[in-house]
Amino acid sequence: MPERTVTIASRTGLHARPAKLFVQAAQAQGVPVRIRVGDGKPAPATSMLAVLALGAVHGTEVTLAAEGPGAEAALDSLAALLARDLDAEEASGG
Amino acid sequence: MAETGASPAAGTGRAAAEETVTAGTGEALVTETGGAPAAGTLHGLGVSPGRAAGRVCRMADPPRLPAPRPVADTARETALALRALEEVAAELSARAGRAPGSEAGAILEAQSFMAADPGLRETVEENVAAGMDAGHAVDAACGHHRRALLEAGGHFAERAADLDDIRNRAVAAVLGLPVPGVPDPGHPFVLVAGDLAPADTVNLDPATVLALVTEKGGPTSHTAILARSRGLPAVVACRGAPEIGDGTWVSVDGTAGEVVTGLAEEAAEEILRRAAAERRRLAASTGPGRTADGRAVELLLNIGSAADLGAGAQAEGVGLFRTEFLFLGRADAPGFEEQVAAYEAVLRASPGGKVVVRTLDAGTDKPLPFLDLPEEPNPALGVRGLRVGRVRQDVLDVQLDAIAEAARASGVQPWVMAPMVTTAGEAADFAARARARGVTRVGAMIEVPAAALRAGRLLRELDFLSIGTNDLSQYAFAADRQHGELADLLDPWQAGLLRLVAECGRAGRAAGKPVGVCGEAAADPLLATVLVGLGVTSLSMSAPSLAPVRERLARTSLAACETGARIALDADDPAAAREAVAGMTAAGAARR
Repeated sequence: MPERTVTIASRTGLHARPAKLFVQAAQAQGVPVRIRVGDGKPAPATSMLAVLALGAVHGTEVTLAAEGPGAEAALDSLAALLARDLDAEEASGG
Repeated sequence: MAETGASPAAGTGRAAAEETVTAGTGEALVTETGGAPAAGTLHGLGVSPGRAAGRVCRMADPPRLPAPRPVADTARETALALRALEEVAAELSARAGRAPGSEAGAILEAQSFMAADPGLRETVEENVAAGMDAGHAVDAACGHHRRALLEAGGHFAERAADLDDIRNRAVAAVLGLPVPGVPDPGHPFVLVAGDLAPADTVNLDPATVLALVTEKGGPTSHTAILARSRGLPAVVACRGAPEIGDGTWVSVDGTAGEVVTGLAEEAAEEILRRAAAERRRLAASTGPGRTADGRAVELLLNIGSAADLGAGAQAEGVGLFRTEFLFLGRADAPGFEEQVAAYEAVLRASPGGKVVVRTLDAGTDKPLPFLDLPEEPNPALGVRGLRVGRVRQDVLDVQLDAIAEAARASGVQPWVMAPMVTTAGEAADFAARARARGVTRVGAMIEVPAAALRAGRLLRELDFLSIGTNDLSQYAFAADRQHGELADLLDPWQAGLLRLVAECGRAGRAAGKPVGVCGEAAADPLLATVLVGLGVTSLSMSAPSLAPVRERLARTSLAACETGARIALDADDPAAAREAVAGMTAAGAARR
């Protein structure tokens, strides 16, 4: 199954606004994407509660996985999102 | 807006309200349709001084689930439960939209996402399929995901409160009950509630809440402490509170403990104008604490972190730095470096340089996961405060190391005291540990009556005492601090409590060592004069109380404080004590 491993760049981790942006983006993908920390249990990336329950802080490595048509593109786009400091973007944007 | 708009009538959901609230359509315009608002005076405990007036917004209590009912139509039940979650998500999203770009807005938006979560919906569907009714299905699903968040720890565990809020809102929607939680009517209001939980108060906007009135709670309840820290007038243990109609105009006197209901709008506005003038008058009193004849009484601040040391507080230092705020809500103990940074920030920022640091006050009543203490049947009487050292001495030792390092780094030598000291032996042991690390001024909180009765002996081991009147009341009167029905026993004017304070004051004078009060009793201006008369040398309180206490002390002589103390010690009950001392000081002022 295609996978991407990426380090969480947002200062607050996958929490509050960064978590919301990630879940929103995952819901907009055409394929179901799952997210896990290390060898942990994969969770649906479209579930805010499941994403929060990963407990992924700044610097945590997470792995995204998806299968089927469009999987590669979906993984690229979501991995790129997690590699950005979404908190900093909020600060400069506001 | 939805909350108040959705409530069809005043006092919705409370049967007791119906017989008394005659003008109860919730809006002030009832006067036009005949029937003036029911006027009257309700009494409770004034726990945060000042006056305010405004329109009432009632906070609905969290819904209670009725007994499970059998489900005939699973599809219908699922739809009912899911529709409730959708409504909650829409409401939270609308609230987030009203606070764009703010931290609170971001959190509300994330919370809205939780309510709309496909994982949560799935769990609800499974629960209904397993035979639960809509209310229980929502409740159990939220409980399931709540545990997962708690396991994630840190910031993530803090979001469990958001899920509790979603649960309460969705269950209320299923049951057709008013929306629980702090209302958001879009105008300033007097908040009337059964009681306030810590989670409710996180969302309290001090710009729109004018005063607090609760049916339950006591002088040391969460509501009281929050109100004092924000400078909001508050009346708790107000039995008549359920009768106050939503949308009616009331005035709140947080000093006398009175709520006047059924006011006209103009009368409420006049009260607000007078209260603002009174605040300006008090703010004019500045400088260090002094009696009328010049006896120094240090006026200090109670704080939880450097963030509480805002500008303009005009305190002479910090009388109580509660270090447990660094430890609460944590899965792991904060490390040495983190503690040093937090303590150093306070030592550097404190006005006047005096800082009294209290070591960790936790235990089975304020549980910290990393302490891993076994559950106790009676936590207030169990392993708490300094007693935690009996099972986890390392936690206290690391904290003392960090305090000593922060003192070196900042060049400010703190006063350090332990909570829940009970015997001279405990005092000696704590003093030895602190002094071994270079702490020069070591003290104890006096919260246990046994320690107050042996204050003189304790002072042979220690440099100072600080009386925590909230816990001292609880233990001396065998009355739980959170028990609304027993609030009268916890009144700090009780002669039995003042006798214990007097014992400490006498011991302090004899030893020539300072004795402070850092309980909320110190924040009552009239009682502050009594405490000084009992031999107390410093008073520590939250910032909004400083000016009224300073102003009252400045017009009371030490001799008058001592006369007041004698009167209070001999009074039959707290009300008589208050009245007699107030009458005495008023007569003294008239003679001048």
